[in-house]
Amino acid sequence: MFAYYLDLAFRSLKRNPVLTFLMVLAIAVGIGASMTTLTVMHILSGDPLPGKSAHIYYPQVDPTPADWYNKSHPLEVMDDRSAMDLWSAHRADRQALVVQSPVKVSAPGVDRPPLMLTLLATTSDFFPMFEVPFEYGSAWTPSDETGRARVAVISSDLNDKLFGGKNSVGKTLRLKDSDVRIVGVLKPWRPTPLFYDAEGGFTGNGYDTSYYAKPEDVFMPFQSALEVNDGNFFQFTCWGNGPTVPGHLENSPCLWVALWVELDSAAKADAYRAFLENYAEQQKTLGRFANTDTRMLDLMQRLDYEQVIPKNVRLQTWLAFAFLAICLFNTVGLLLAKFLRRAGEIGVRRALGASSRAIFAQCLTEAGLIGFIGGVGGWLLTMIGLWLVRRQQTPYSDLVHLDVSMFVVTFMLAIAVSLLAGALPALRASRIAPALQLKTL
Amino acid sequence: MTLPPILAALKKHKAGVTLITLQIALTLAIVCNAVFIIGQRIERVHRPSGLDEQNLFLIQQAYVGAPSGDDAASVEKLDAMQRGDLAALRNLPDVESVAAINSLPLLQSSWTGGVGLKPDQQHSTEHAAYYFGDEQMLKTLGLQLVAGRNFTSSEITNRGFRGVGEPPMVIITKALADKLFPNGGALGKTVYLDGLAIPSTIIGVVARMQIPAAGGWGDSFAWNSVLQPVRLDAYYTRTAVRAKPGRLDAAMREAREALFNANPMRVLENQPDIGIGIMPFSEVRARAYRADIGMAILMGVICVILLCVTGAGIVGLTSFWVGQRRKQIGIRRALGATQRDILHYFQTENLLIAGAGVVLGAILAVGLNLWLMKQFQMDRMSLLYVLVGVIALLALGQGAVFAPALRASRVSPVEATRSV
Repeated sequence: MFAYYLDLAFRSLKRNPVLTFLMVLAIAVGIGASMTTLTVMHILSGDPLPGKSAHIYYPQVDPTPADWYNKSHPLEVMDDRSAMDLWSAHRADRQALVVQSPVKVSAPGVDRPPLMLTLLATTSDFFPMFEVPFEYGSAWTPSDETGRARVAVISSDLNDKLFGGKNSVGKTLRLKDSDVRIVGVLKPWRPTPLFYDAEGGFTGNGYDTSYYAKPEDVFMPFQSALEVNDGNFFQFTCWGNGPTVPGHLENSPCLWVALWVELDSAAKADAYRAFLENYAEQQKTLGRFANTDTRMLDLMQRLDYEQVIPKNVRLQTWLAFAFLAICLFNTVGLLLAKFLRRAGEIGVRRALGASSRAIFAQCLTEAGLIGFIGGVGGWLLTMIGLWLVRRQQTPYSDLVHLDVSMFVVTFMLAIAVSLLAGALPALRASRIAPALQLKTL
Repeated sequence: MTLPPILAALKKHKAGVTLITLQIALTLAIVCNAVFIIGQRIERVHRPSGLDEQNLFLIQQAYVGAPSGDDAASVEKLDAMQRGDLAALRNLPDVESVAAINSLPLLQSSWTGGVGLKPDQQHSTEHAAYYFGDEQMLKTLGLQLVAGRNFTSSEITNRGFRGVGEPPMVIITKALADKLFPNGGALGKTVYLDGLAIPSTIIGVVARMQIPAAGGWGDSFAWNSVLQPVRLDAYYTRTAVRAKPGRLDAAMREAREALFNANPMRVLENQPDIGIGIMPFSEVRARAYRADIGMAILMGVICVILLCVTGAGIVGLTSFWVGQRRKQIGIRRALGATQRDILHYFQTENLLIAGAGVVLGAILAVGLNLWLMKQFQMDRMSLLYVLVGVIALLALGQGAVFAPALRASRVSPVEATRSV
């Protein structure tokens, strides 16, 4: 029966090519616009650690003085002392300190000018906690941390650039003025967004797109990195007169170190919250803290707090779906005109014994066919739309593509929209009384 | 022509009428807001930077093997390298003037801070972008001094990239001066940068200079710029160059050659994405607004297609009605209605439907704008947009109905006698 309806639908579409074209165009434009923006949203709003993000938390305390002007406590990052205290307490299942700094990188024996890259000073839990994949070698050990070993893990990009993608474990890298030994090389890794770097996002009011950039190229044990790249660190903010030596922030009245922890159960998370509050209280008793505000957001809450999804993208998505709504209304109108114009034909079929259900099914088949063709058009327009987005050179341009799930969504949306648009006209058509139509033939 | 019969006839086509009304209302609401957003983007793209942009270009380069520390010896070495570059560029035949500078309007790389009126002020009075440059900054950028004087070469100091220190004197933009000193007389007054207790005297006021951030978060202080007599020294430098009139391309070529002659150990091949290379200011501007222009074009195209689709929808539905009512039209023609009467009938009918649609649409448009204002901190839409939208949609409706109505008016009175 479906094949017969499909045949009828094809004939009907061929009979009114202009009307058919209009309906297909309406659906294609609506789908193209909404799928382009939806794909970008889908890519940008993804969970960077699927299945694990609910166990990753970002604890915060507030070491700023009481009279300090910024009252949105606690601030984004911590001073080094609070961060080190919390990290070395080892109260979480895993914990990692995170600080970025620019660094000059070269490799002895490699014939190319030095590169300016970003160095991530962190601790060994960073890799298992954030599921960072290794191509060669492994992370450094906790004893490398205490021994302040001069070791580093590098990105696959940097390994390609300096060593042609070969196993470079054991080779030497020159960072600023120090030699460090490579112990691990990562596989290509692109967490989206770059969640552990998102501090300060909210100050951009959602206009900052830098959280979709690539991860750092060099990773080093926290203390070793502070020594190797001393003088090149940037504060998030300072109170008082700032660091005595520019770029050297240890023991300075500055906020600059982030801490991430993994807590595998809700009970552990509650316990950690209590620990954090205790710590703040204790520091206040010691006279080091003036405020006992703490905060502990999980990963997705934190991305939301930092407004990492660009506002322009949100706005475009809303507008695109509004456009889709107009196209939907338009298609309803056109389908209504089309089906009711065939009242005579429908009357004959009804008189010959077709049930109103059959008429309804046939009309919906036709609407679905239009939706499918519109979906093909919409898919092509989506590809053009995504190509335009890629050309805009935002930090996320290289990520934008239509994956299988969004490809399927495109067609499902197109057919759903057309069936929705077809429902009312089909209902009207199926209610056509046969006798009245036959009379006028 | 009286309305009651038209209204009575419309009641028989409730579904169709409702659809067209809603479609017109939605189209008005959404297209109005979309056009408003496009308008705002275009307005932003066209705001003047305050620079004389013609013949201006930017050099961004990095030294290879330069010291990267902040100690005095490293800073002095870097400064000597930079001064060498500036001298080499200033000697070129097609170059008018050259300034060391940390950023340019629209370059998207900002130094910002708070400007206060009292020492140790906890809440700064205004947020502003800082430009660090030498005494040729005003001339090279073509900034207009409206009060006071320029920096002299002896007032220029130098410091490392992360070095701190507030300058004893600054030049500010008129916009910032007006905000700080609403009663005028900013010249000679003292401001305190970054909430510190170090005074800086305002020695000059320039008419206008935009901040480096092109859009979004910088909009609230887009004209608040502070110029400081400081040459920053780092492994990386930015230099603004004004070519002699009409000699932009030649000057850009000469500059590249001169820099490599002065010191070949540098990165200067054009890689604008990482901020290296030589580019005319027109490219800086184009890059800053590319996303805005892209979005405006995309939305503009979609709006046009939507209006076409809506128009086509009205044509489709009206054609259907005309087809359905051929007999009725024939009877009216037989009873003496002229072709003109029939044409007017359909036009009036469409005016009624579209009228209801635009009234509803105008309410929706304002509501949508209020929602967008809340969600996206957008501005209030001028009602002019709605008014133009209303007229455009009524015209679209009339245009769309014309062909089917004309066809209806040509229905012969004979139609009345057929197969009743």
